[in-house]
Amino acid sequence: MYLYDEIDQKLVDERVAQFRDQTRRFLAGRLSEDEFRALRLRNGLYIQRYAPMLRIAIPYGLLSTRQLRKLAHIARTYDRGYGHFSTRQNLQLNWPKLEETPDILAELATVQMHAIQTSGNSFRNITTDHFAGVAQDEIVDSFAWCEVIRQWSTFHPEFSYLPRKFKIAVNGARSDRAAVAVHDIGLHAVKDAKGEIGFKVLVGGGLGRTPMIGFVIREFLPWPHLLTYIEAILRVYNRYGRRDNIHKARIKILVKERGPEKFREEVEAEWAHLKDGPSTLVAEEIARIESRFTRPSYAKLPATDPGLEAALGSDRAFATWHARNVFPHKKPGYAAVTLSLKKTGIPPGDVTADQMDRIADLADRYSFGELRVSHEQNLIFVDVRQSDLHTLWREIKALGFATPNLGLLTNIICCPGGDFCSLANAKSIPVAEAIQQRFDDLDYLHDIGELDLNISGCMNACGHHHVGHIGILGVDKNGEEWYQIQIGGNQGEIRPGVTASLGKVIGPSFARAEMPDVIERLIDCYLARRDSDAERFIDVVHRIGVEPFKEFVYGNSDKRSAHRRGQLATA
Amino acid sequence: MATLIKDRRIAADNWRLLKRGPAGELPEVPESGDVIVPLALWLSRREDFPAHPKKIGVWLDANEGPEAIAGEVERFAVIAVNFPKFGDGRGYSIARLLRERYRFKGELRAIGDVLHDHLYFMEQCGFDAFALRDDQDPQAALSVFGTFSDGYQTSVLRPTPLFRRRLAAGKP
Repeated sequence: MYLYDEIDQKLVDERVAQFRDQTRRFLAGRLSEDEFRALRLRNGLYIQRYAPMLRIAIPYGLLSTRQLRKLAHIARTYDRGYGHFSTRQNLQLNWPKLEETPDILAELATVQMHAIQTSGNSFRNITTDHFAGVAQDEIVDSFAWCEVIRQWSTFHPEFSYLPRKFKIAVNGARSDRAAVAVHDIGLHAVKDAKGEIGFKVLVGGGLGRTPMIGFVIREFLPWPHLLTYIEAILRVYNRYGRRDNIHKARIKILVKERGPEKFREEVEAEWAHLKDGPSTLVAEEIARIESRFTRPSYAKLPATDPGLEAALGSDRAFATWHARNVFPHKKPGYAAVTLSLKKTGIPPGDVTADQMDRIADLADRYSFGELRVSHEQNLIFVDVRQSDLHTLWREIKALGFATPNLGLLTNIICCPGGDFCSLANAKSIPVAEAIQQRFDDLDYLHDIGELDLNISGCMNACGHHHVGHIGILGVDKNGEEWYQIQIGGNQGEIRPGVTASLGKVIGPSFARAEMPDVIERLIDCYLARRDSDAERFIDVVHRIGVEPFKEFVYGNSDKRSAHRRGQLATA
Repeated sequence: MATLIKDRRIAADNWRLLKRGPAGELPEVPESGDVIVPLALWLSRREDFPAHPKKIGVWLDANEGPEAIAGEVERFAVIAVNFPKFGDGRGYSIARLLRERYRFKGELRAIGDVLHDHLYFMEQCGFDAFALRDDQDPQAALSVFGTFSDGYQTSVLRPTPLFRRRLAAGKP
């Protein structure tokens, strides 16, 4: 954990006081709906379909057990006893009361947490690789860089009223587990020939209504210039980003309309003024931030554990789970464990307050009192001794978090959808559940192999459907809920050298009741066409294209038949 | 007359803001009195104004860049920047550029949809005068400048970022 110093703490406390005053003025009728809206959004408070929704920031997905217990307490005291982990590595509460929100923020501040800028047209939570600091393919530990950017982007006086929301992701490993290509700014750590750290800077990526892969504006930005360069990008965006149309206001549209090269020139011209200025980072500051992170005191352990080897040999269910949900660690004798929040029948990412407490107890016992939230809406213990894995597995299995489906079809990323969200065109949770039920046979699931299935209830794409190997988008047609399918998306590199990609729509949309059948047909097509079980679904789509899948799903008949079938199915 | 906050106090405003007419025509400049003229008027008639440095103001709309007056900011006693809507953040960048890049030392005034909850960041970006929207309570707004005791980034009021100040103070 990054531990606040007194200034960090004071700023968060002052924010609570500010929001308390704003809420009081709103409730007293001295602030209009519209004016209060802009203020409450930057404290994470939405007015949703049934109640307000509060989005609590979990900076770069890192959480201590003390904080998790506080979240449990808040969920129990101020909400209905559960929370929802989102794809932004945040926690959302779906039933808080507006007038109690300042109290919730005050409670959060006691454990160095907040809901600052989790919504609104400002910088959002900085996200990163959920295996930062422990991955074997690490180039840098991205947390310190995330914290540098978190501080810089918190209450930035010049950039607090941007044309639209702004998302920054940092990846510090060779594999991109932070989806940097689909962020407003993506930073990918690299080392040059001399071993100096820098960042490949991507700009203008994003999902939503106009999905785009980010443009590489700089191949290598030496780290001292990180903040001044981002500042230059933001100044160009703040001044020239479109404000006339909310759907064209993201930086990707500016990059596209200007042309990437022209945009780069403008940024470079602005940067010429800012470069080497006071915001230029210095090694002492990076070291100071590093030193404020608590680090586990690892024991010196052998690389393999005989007890673990024995359990893997004798306990098949454990071995299956281990193969999917355990990730190697850079320290010998340790491993990272994913607790799956994707049990069939539970909305993906949902956790009750009691479960949060139990998870906190386990993290204290097995993983140095810390855990991570992944953008795949799971929780991760990153520092578990290999010798503890079998015992830990039994414990989390009893809690329902040992579904061995990581990377598999049923590890669905899913937004709250029409059940909760006022923006949604369609429900998403029931679709996830129906698909999970259809594919509940584990052997079959493992035979299908790696497959990301992502569901969004509207084109705002909170469920990241564009970068799912299979992406499902809820659409509204004359007041009815329909689902469009796309395939071939990928959030990071598909394989070394092949970059992230966006899915392609396969054809007309389907009724909800048809969805499990349609997914099954896509899988059947894949299984029939794959070269071997080493060739994943995504590989086959990229090898043979979308067309064969389309034919398989729709047959040779008139494409409108899908609609007709849907109407029959829902009739 | 709109209420003016100047240097964190409620102040009388002797400046008259001239706006374009309904068809977009440039306003007439009255014989006497201090006026703040639209940028376009200044650019087309700057030789009509006496070279005396303290007699004229200019205002920029949110889509107008300070680059247009880059070499002559010392001609103005006041530069005003318009916020067409409180959520339009372009004026913050314009203000910083005027102060930091073009070294404007005179009064920098926020005009338009200028609201209580936005003054803190505006001041950080270099505004020292605020023509609040008519329905705002200026007395209450005076308290807003103390909202935050510090900030991480560079700003006009805090040109040295927090990390450098922390290091200078030897704080781990």
